[in-house]
Amino acid sequence: MGTGSALSFALGLAASLAVLPAAAQDAPKPRSFSSGYSFVETSGEELFVNICQGCHMPDAMGATGAGTYPSLASNPNLEAGGYPTYLVLHGRRAMPPFGEMLSDDQIAAVVNYVRTHFGNNFSDAVTAGDVKDARR
Amino acid sequence: MHEKHREQAQMVRRRDLLSLIGAMAGSGAMYHAMTSLGFAAESRYGGPIRLEGDPKGATVLILGAGLAGMTAAFELRKAGYSVRVLEFNARPGGRNWTLRGGDRFAELGGVTQACEFEEGLYINPGPWRIPYHHRALLDYCKRLNVALEPFIQLNHNAYLHSQRAFGGRPQRIRAVQADFRGSISELLAKVTRQGKLDEGVTKEDQEILLQALKSWGALDRDYRYNASLISSESRGYAKAPGGGLSAAPAPSDPVALSDILKSRLWRYLQNFANYNFQTTMFQPVGGMDMIGKAFAKELADVITYNAKVTGIAQDDGGVTVSFVDTTVPAKRWTATADWCVCTIPLSIMSQLPVQVSSAMKAAIDAVPYSGSVKVGLQFKRRFWEEDEAIYGGISYTDTPIRQIAYPNTGFNRSSRGVLLGAYLFDGANAYEFTAMTPAERVARAVEFGAAIHPQYKNEFECGVAVAWHRVPFTLGCSGDWSDAARVQHYHNLCQIDGRIVLAGEHASALPAWQEGAILSALDAIGRLHERVVRT
Repeated sequence: MGTGSALSFALGLAASLAVLPAAAQDAPKPRSFSSGYSFVETSGEELFVNICQGCHMPDAMGATGAGTYPSLASNPNLEAGGYPTYLVLHGRRAMPPFGEMLSDDQIAAVVNYVRTHFGNNFSDAVTAGDVKDARR
Repeated sequence: MHEKHREQAQMVRRRDLLSLIGAMAGSGAMYHAMTSLGFAAESRYGGPIRLEGDPKGATVLILGAGLAGMTAAFELRKAGYSVRVLEFNARPGGRNWTLRGGDRFAELGGVTQACEFEEGLYINPGPWRIPYHHRALLDYCKRLNVALEPFIQLNHNAYLHSQRAFGGRPQRIRAVQADFRGSISELLAKVTRQGKLDEGVTKEDQEILLQALKSWGALDRDYRYNASLISSESRGYAKAPGGGLSAAPAPSDPVALSDILKSRLWRYLQNFANYNFQTTMFQPVGGMDMIGKAFAKELADVITYNAKVTGIAQDDGGVTVSFVDTTVPAKRWTATADWCVCTIPLSIMSQLPVQVSSAMKAAIDAVPYSGSVKVGLQFKRRFWEEDEAIYGGISYTDTPIRQIAYPNTGFNRSSRGVLLGAYLFDGANAYEFTAMTPAERVARAVEFGAAIHPQYKNEFECGVAVAWHRVPFTLGCSGDWSDAARVQHYHNLCQIDGRIVLAGEHASALPAWQEGAILSALDAIGRLHERVVRT
């Protein structure tokens, strides 16, 4: 869209947290957009990139202002798949619940993606059935 | 149902009383009585708060210099309290905020945007409109000399747009509204005349109904809604009335009911009917932050900026708040007071060590925060006015940007202009836009907006994008109470807990509105004051 020339993006004090260099940010990649209340993305990676990284950041390291978004990277709390499943479904404190915006398959996909990326290596996959049970 | 009946019975009795008062004492007295009986009240605001009685030198620490915190500080100091305000940002206002050319904004994740708007142009990333019934906020604007101007919620010449209807061509609100109303009126007139309403409507009322439908729906003498100068008076003309030899107008062709229904464009019409969005609405001249700045001018000597609260403790003797100066983060500070009014958003407060009852702590933890994104776009010229005769107001679309809002000021000038190029609130798209870099949010807003205004491609200059989940001082837009959480926790959230009371939009029944922040602060300090003067 040629916005780069007219926009000046400076990296602030926490520049080291941003994974993309400023120049790369100006060329949007193809992206899915949902049309209703629920998300259309299906793969774990796509769901992470379109939802989770809004707060937990593209590198899953979280961020801190007046409060903190926790880091999901190398996070031992993800060991039991039921814990992140529960959080995505029902939310916790400021974190919104996504149970009504995501299907069981989508939640399983994104939970498994986070549990096998960003320094996490939990290979016991969460299934859609596990998510369904956790909805109750 | 029972409750409603009782309410109606009560209203009748009140009305009798009011006519009596009116007859005895004149209309001024009647208006006063109406207000105090809650009959004519548009608002829960009862006029400037009166905190009578001596607080005997009590001290109050107020956390947050948004509208709730500054309302509390302003009124408590006036009542004789010694107040101090701690604010995380380097500026007052909190979500009462305006971005102008020259401003910089660092979002969570480390990207800083430099706003390059021309002088005088701005966007309000947070609240941007004030309903006429938000009487508390309006009263503070009056008392603090904040000038207001109209905010145009309904512009009949703005657009409703669906990617899947009318070949993706935006439709004028005027035409959609007129055709929807006209077709429904025609339909209703038809069944009325066929006698199909005989069971529900008396013969006499059917006559009146037909007159009303003809007038309201712009129907012709045969109760038909069709291409005519009558319907064109509502929906607009194919050829507008002119002067001289070519003066005669030509009617335009209405869109068929089936096309309006299938287009789903009717769903946007509630944006003009909803109580919160009915005319007259206002905006402060020069930007929403004029309100926060006006409060802060009164409170300059009591606000400490760059103060990040790290914990709140209390005992029988008072409150101790620990904080760091964000410009010198290594050093820890504490502040103490007899009482604390805490307006920190629950998104942040739920993470702090806070010494409150388990019931209040559970309430603090029960409220997720909404996602919301706004994008401001500067263009070389005000093409929406020059080319399309759109002066202020809002176009609605089913593309992810949801809205394009036109500036309600600086009309009819040959100059640059700034649009609100996207306003997403809740729903999947708000998260998708939050997850982008600011530059991509701006680029996407231009891409989607160009489907409505092709001029975007040539006229766009620069933009800024604020995604509220990335805003360091709130981590979200506003408290998103579920009905169940409200039933279970709201009461506990609003209690005075030892020496601490909470305030803010999250402690109100007007979530995300500035009026809610102010009303909650007034309610909290009223109860606090009662307790202080009693002890």
